[in-house]
Amino acid sequence: MLKMTKVSKIYRTDTVETHALREFSLEVQEGEFVSVTGPSGSGKTTFLNIAGLLEELTSGTYELDGRDISALSDRERSKVRNEKIGFIFQSFNLIPELNIFDNVDVPLRYRGFAAPDRRKRIENSLEMVGLASRMEHYPAQLSGGQQQRVAIARALAGEPRFLLADEPTGNLDTEMATNVLDLLDEINGNGTTIIMVTHELTLADRAKRNIFVRDGRVSDGPPEFRLAAAGGQG
Amino acid sequence: MLRYYLKLGMLSIRANPALSALMVAAIGIGIGACMTIMTIQHVMSGNPIPGKSDSLYYVQIDSWDPNNEYNGPNELPEQLTYLDATGIDAAAGDEFRVVWSYKSSRILQPGDGADLPFEVRTRATSFRFFSMFALPFRYGASWDAAADRNREQVVVLSSALNERLFGGGNPVGESVTMNGDVYRVVGVLEPWLPVPKFYDVTNNPYEEPEEAYLPVTVAVAAEHDSAGNTNCWKPFPGGYEAFLNSECIWFQMWAELPTAADKSRFEQLLAAYVEEQKTLGRFPREMHNELSDVMEWMQDNEVVDDDVSVLLGLAFLFLVVCLLNTIGLLLAKVMRRTKDISLRRALGASKQTLFAQYVVEAGLIGIGGGVLGIALTWLGLRGIENLFAGYDFVERLVTMDWVMVLLAVGLAVVSALAAALYPTWRAANVTPASQLRIQ
Repeated sequence: MLKMTKVSKIYRTDTVETHALREFSLEVQEGEFVSVTGPSGSGKTTFLNIAGLLEELTSGTYELDGRDISALSDRERSKVRNEKIGFIFQSFNLIPELNIFDNVDVPLRYRGFAAPDRRKRIENSLEMVGLASRMEHYPAQLSGGQQQRVAIARALAGEPRFLLADEPTGNLDTEMATNVLDLLDEINGNGTTIIMVTHELTLADRAKRNIFVRDGRVSDGPPEFRLAAAGGQG
Repeated sequence: MLRYYLKLGMLSIRANPALSALMVAAIGIGIGACMTIMTIQHVMSGNPIPGKSDSLYYVQIDSWDPNNEYNGPNELPEQLTYLDATGIDAAAGDEFRVVWSYKSSRILQPGDGADLPFEVRTRATSFRFFSMFALPFRYGASWDAAADRNREQVVVLSSALNERLFGGGNPVGESVTMNGDVYRVVGVLEPWLPVPKFYDVTNNPYEEPEEAYLPVTVAVAAEHDSAGNTNCWKPFPGGYEAFLNSECIWFQMWAELPTAADKSRFEQLLAAYVEEQKTLGRFPREMHNELSDVMEWMQDNEVVDDDVSVLLGLAFLFLVVCLLNTIGLLLAKVMRRTKDISLRRALGASKQTLFAQYVVEAGLIGIGGGVLGIALTWLGLRGIENLFAGYDFVERLVTMDWVMVLLAVGLAVVSALAAALYPTWRAANVTPASQLRIQ
């Protein structure tokens, strides 16, 4: 379903070349919940950006649903991103001027759904995250955990095949983080593939498969990671 | 999506009121400066008789001094002598519609004695003047050819003069007394304010038309002096009769020539007339006749002063400066919103979609700038009106019509869109990944 083969990403300035990913290969099957961990600067966010079509790769191949996406135009990439991928960010990234309803509405607008269909999807997704009663509220009127749930509702409203989460609990306290992870489990249980980047091994343990990234490559990881990974798989 | 973009544009403007207000102000000031000058130029250069401007021709022949050019090389005298006006008119006969006229003035003595005598501006002309220049009548009609021939003491009043003398009622058949001569009123015009006053631009082309119209045969017989420009190159003995037979120019002549063939035949008529006069010892210069249609004649006489064009150029430069400021402000706004742009890219907005969103927002700012520009234009025009309060004609140059209002909004929107191109391109090309992770 998602297949990266020998993907490299190099950031170049006039004087410096930074290899963020080096021949990075990974295959994720439909319905998986994969965590990606690694030290800072290891390339895990770059991987997520490439997976989410927010950045272009330098070399290698990336197939999504069997389609090579490296040759797509900006419009086609945007369409794929809109239809197949949902994003959850550490900082929620809600638009402060829009109320909750309109925030969830943003990707649906770009999808071109009719107004009644959009309304139904928004209500369903907010219902799922337990915030149906807060549609008219603005982000600033919600707690961090609630904002992240709105972001999850926004990511789910278009029924994407993939959910890409970048440190989704990084700005939340333990209780809220647990709630969000429970929600991700539920979403994954419904068949949505989730790839979650985190630097916390305890969170990575919630995934069904754990990937460790170091120096831009998939690696075996340190002993505690291998232990956690073994637990996650078990 | 347009409604969605409009909603986002309004939200963005409300979210950044100071920056948005600055952009609207920058565009509005630029548009205001431009439109103030453009309005004046528009009024000055408008076609004063759209339906007929291509078929009316001003007549010029070179009857001037053999030793001195009129105003410069190849410059023809702008007016005709009495001899030539009557001579060409006679040659034209009934084959061509020709009108000749001059500006004069009379002292009008109100009949009821309630008002003191006052000066009225008159035009001495022939009966064809009214139909040739499509003057609208409220009461009565023009006098006829017989009245011209028989020197009947008739008059057509302007709407304003009728208001003053007869309270706006129908005075046809009534009489008015000017310089002791009694004239029978045969018609009253509707308000008629051609801008510029195309039929006689030898004086101020923006002054109001005359208040009373008399048969030229009557005016000449009664020795009404010219109140317009009169130029002579050859001395003549004193007296009105000698003046009529002199080489002084003071008549304007127009011919209505609907087809190219008519124009060609009239040119032949003029040539024959000049040849004939040469045999009589007149027209010492090489033959040079010209027929200019209305707009050519306006252009030849520089009805729109060169200064206006220079001012217009400066005003457009000022608009460019305002737009450069707007570009800077829009860039600042875009740079403040890179996170929003990146988020929208992540949620599925293509570069084209974002470009359209920002173009619509710029259009909204442009409309705001246009509305402000119209208000500033109005203020600018009132300022000019006050500055030149002593000149009656200025009032007519400082009026905005719907064309100019729409042009102001259109120019503002186009300007805003032009200013938005680069910032919008920058917005559409923001790299989303770098903006989304860190708060």
